[in-house]
Amino acid sequence: MLLFIEQVLNGLQLGVMLFLMASGLTLVFGIMGLINLAHGSLYMIGAYVAATVTAFTGSFLLGLLAAVPAAALVGAVIERGVMRHLYDRDHLDQVLATFGLILFFNELMVILWGRQPLFMAIPEALSGTVELLPGVPYPVYRLVIIAVGLLVALGLWGLIARTRLGMRIRAGASDRETADALGVNIALLYTGVFALGAALAALAGAMAGPLLAVEAGMGESILILTFVVVVIGGIGSVRGALAGALLVGLVDTLGRAFLPQVLRLVTDDATADGAGASLAAMAIYILMAAVLVWRPKGLFPAHG
Amino acid sequence: MTMPALRAALAAALSVPLALAAPAASVAWAADDDPAKVGPVKIGMVTTLSTKAGYLGADVRDGFRLAIKQGGGALGGVPVNLLVEDDDRDPGKGREIAERFVTRDDVKIMTGIIFSNVALAVIPKVVKDGVIYVSPNAGPSQLAGKGCHPYHFNVAWQNDNLHEAMGQYATDAGFERMVILAPNYPAGKDALAGFKRFYTGGTVVSEVYTTLGQSDYAAEIAGIRNAEPDAVFFFLPGGMGINFMKQVHQAGLGESVQLIGSGFSADHKLLNAVGAAADGMLNSAQWSPDLDTPVNAAFVAAYRAEYDAVPTIYSQQGYDAALAIGAALEATGGDLSDLDAFAAALKQADFASPRGDFRFGTNNFPVQDIYLRKAVMDPDGTLRNEVQGVIFEDHVDAYAAACAMK
Repeated sequence: MLLFIEQVLNGLQLGVMLFLMASGLTLVFGIMGLINLAHGSLYMIGAYVAATVTAFTGSFLLGLLAAVPAAALVGAVIERGVMRHLYDRDHLDQVLATFGLILFFNELMVILWGRQPLFMAIPEALSGTVELLPGVPYPVYRLVIIAVGLLVALGLWGLIARTRLGMRIRAGASDRETADALGVNIALLYTGVFALGAALAALAGAMAGPLLAVEAGMGESILILTFVVVVIGGIGSVRGALAGALLVGLVDTLGRAFLPQVLRLVTDDATADGAGASLAAMAIYILMAAVLVWRPKGLFPAHG
Repeated sequence: MTMPALRAALAAALSVPLALAAPAASVAWAADDDPAKVGPVKIGMVTTLSTKAGYLGADVRDGFRLAIKQGGGALGGVPVNLLVEDDDRDPGKGREIAERFVTRDDVKIMTGIIFSNVALAVIPKVVKDGVIYVSPNAGPSQLAGKGCHPYHFNVAWQNDNLHEAMGQYATDAGFERMVILAPNYPAGKDALAGFKRFYTGGTVVSEVYTTLGQSDYAAEIAGIRNAEPDAVFFFLPGGMGINFMKQVHQAGLGESVQLIGSGFSADHKLLNAVGAAADGMLNSAQWSPDLDTPVNAAFVAAYRAEYDAVPTIYSQQGYDAALAIGAALEATGGDLSDLDAFAAALKQADFASPRGDFRFGTNNFPVQDIYLRKAVMDPDGTLRNEVQGVIFEDHVDAYAAACAMK
């Protein structure tokens, strides 16, 4: 039972991380109608900048504070330089162009930082573990990630539901031309939304830095999961991204943790370990297929 | 994943010094009184320089180049011209490059491949086409057993060797409960099979297979804590291993559970990306930078002087591939018209390896000692490997018996 609680926390933490990625992706996808494969590159840029600044200054907070605006700036430049020319094009063109950006950024990181993965330490104050329940020591840092992610979710909800900017974002999402005719500066709004998405991806990347290897190509492994989250949650819906992210995080983690044991009940250990691992890897895709059969537009579709 | 245009530009930039050096070498050779053998011996290196694993190929190349540089542009006194191409970790591309080396450049000696899937696509084909292949890394079981070939040599290890050594170590150390963990793909399964082949001192309480490329190991780590093992053996190449070690440390498991693995998870580049969490990790390798022999001290010093970096096992393997080829070139006077004679000369392994004693077994795979190494932290915070002792002496791989060669 204690193990189960611990694994649920692990699932939540993965889910929160996925939410930070998925919220930006779903906004860009839903509002601009743009498929951005290079979202993982912004995550990677966040991690690299955070690792470098942290190593240089010794302060994780400064690293975080540098990474987020840096990635937002890169995001704004990408939007103005590349994405702007893709809005009226086919999705396939967008996929090709943004895939090109992935290759470009991966090579750029190698040229700037070299192939050796960067080291990024956990801030002293957040290292170590706490006993949430007796016998369940849990890393403080992972709890902090959960807290930050939930705060960001709350902040995003406030921004979109309660502010004028949020109103414009919603207006731009439901009818681009009418919003434009009513005097909303769509071009600026799009740049802003893209930069916001980039900033959230960089926050995720910077926070993942101490847990993961900071290396070129690190964005791709999380990107696929992020797309699954966006599809499950409903394209364009931040609420859906949150629900989808937590669902994917939990299913993936609990599947990896318990499927081999469950299979051991019905077959021999060696077969169960191998088959359990394979099934666990498939679990989120099975979940996605099931959700799509039940609700073809995702859990919380943004449009209609 | 690379930008072909950028790579082409880089390749062009790199080829300038090569082009400048080549005429100089051939002039030196032309001074020789034998007009039949004009030009240096071409050696084709198919290796992985791009992708995340690109530093493996770069280190093999750098080690190989160091040996050529020490010979003044020659190996075993015979001038050589090293052609290097990046296979992108792609078997199809590796095969393409190898074919180009054979047909366009008339290459008779090849080396360089890092990954076994590329090796299996290239090596059986080229040795059949009359090329001597000296592997500085990949040593798949298929090429060590029934598929062994007189023209194929390996100076590194058979893929299972380092994992087998950790199985033996776990037995010797009296670990009674082990959790073993690897990605769910052929090399991962081979690694765990290799470990289990020599682990006879207790039980494997849990055998965990992760997804290839997985980055978060929280679920597996919670399972490890629950299983309460004496030690965890893991094979997670590259970034996966960094992620795993960092997360084990953060979960507070570092003190209660000993992490053990092969040298593939523990070169000093990986260790320093992990940081303090890697301190104390035990691993196995055929060589270590601190091995106390004159040959090794000279190699490490020369490598540091040339590249301002500590060599990895891959550097040493590249260096030894060059030395092995050099010894055969010297013995045959650079004559590649009789490849059987050249292969016979290669098999003598008449060179001083930084790792110490080395010879080829019947299947042309290494017979060598495997060392136990420990990651230790220097006062300035950098991590390095320190030799603790010998796990295997003159270790022969498990597939040699199935090879028909004598």
